[in-house]
Amino acid sequence: MTQYTLQAHRPSNRCLWEGRRVALKVASGAGDLQTCTGKPRDSKMVEWTDFERATIVDIFSKMQYEVVGPAALARCLVVYPWTQRYFGNFGNLYNAAAISGNPMVAKHGTTILHGLDRAVKNMDDIKATYAELSVLHSEKLHVDPDNFKLLSDCLTIVVAAQLGKDFTGEVQAAFQKFLAVVVSALGRQYH
Amino acid sequence: MTTLTAKDKDAVRTFWAKVSGKEEDIGTDAVARMLAVYPQTKTYFAHWKDLSPSSPSARKHGVTVMKGVADAVSKIDDLKGGLLTLSELHAFTLRVDPANFKILSHCLLVVLSIMFPNDFTPEAHVALDKFLAAVALALAEKYR
Repeated sequence: MTQYTLQAHRPSNRCLWEGRRVALKVASGAGDLQTCTGKPRDSKMVEWTDFERATIVDIFSKMQYEVVGPAALARCLVVYPWTQRYFGNFGNLYNAAAISGNPMVAKHGTTILHGLDRAVKNMDDIKATYAELSVLHSEKLHVDPDNFKLLSDCLTIVVAAQLGKDFTGEVQAAFQKFLAVVVSALGRQYH
Repeated sequence: MTTLTAKDKDAVRTFWAKVSGKEEDIGTDAVARMLAVYPQTKTYFAHWKDLSPSSPSARKHGVTVMKGVADAVSKIDDLKGGLLTLSELHAFTLRVDPANFKILSHCLLVVLSIMFPNDFTPEAHVALDKFLAAVALALAEKYR
């Protein structure tokens, strides 16, 4: 029985596609063909620790959607003004005060935040959960996926202000990991 | 990315006046968060005995970094010139990948948001974000 060992072609043994350090092994005939992440093909890609799960559930159970959603979207439109390109019909976005007081911004901010609920409820398969929304953002809304990261940074900052000292480094890590997975899922159906 | 307008500089100086006295706390918290949230940044500190976010080395480093940021505020009218020595340090000795400046900036903003929830308005946020981006640019000036 022959066994092949493929060395990744960079000295640091870095898999080009997944960006992780891997050694590729293919065992012939053994049926345990592995992807370049070294995991069996059907395994879930994201692993959550108990702490991470509990943290995400906790944050969202205490979330004041009508405060945080509007604040996060408004902040995004102020701090990264080019994001306003998607809201041409929202009326007055001329300055920070106008944006923060704009009712359409507020309503949409709340909608977006509630959109995260389904990820919270389906943390083990966020990819599939957002497949439809990803198509929507790509085909209908034509949103540059880079914007998802901008909004998630603003959301992190608003949630940090809400939670204060409770938003520890560990909590921040869990929250940002969660948002990163959502952002990745939302960008997946773009082509 | 862009130059800082007079309005931006005013906003930064005004906000910084409010921060006065808390620089050490801000710096240590920001570095601690960076190490916790972005573990790849720990690669720059392999020489520390203790890489945990609350270690004395991390705290000391937070103070150092914050002194640099405070210095940048005072030199806001000429960041490139004012941060020349620091740029050379980062370029030739530390060789920190500039992507990490963005990471630390983000952590700084999170800390400011936590410590000054009422003062860290969207207007202050954008001015500080621009400022930190300008500082990062000035620090990367000597890289190549």
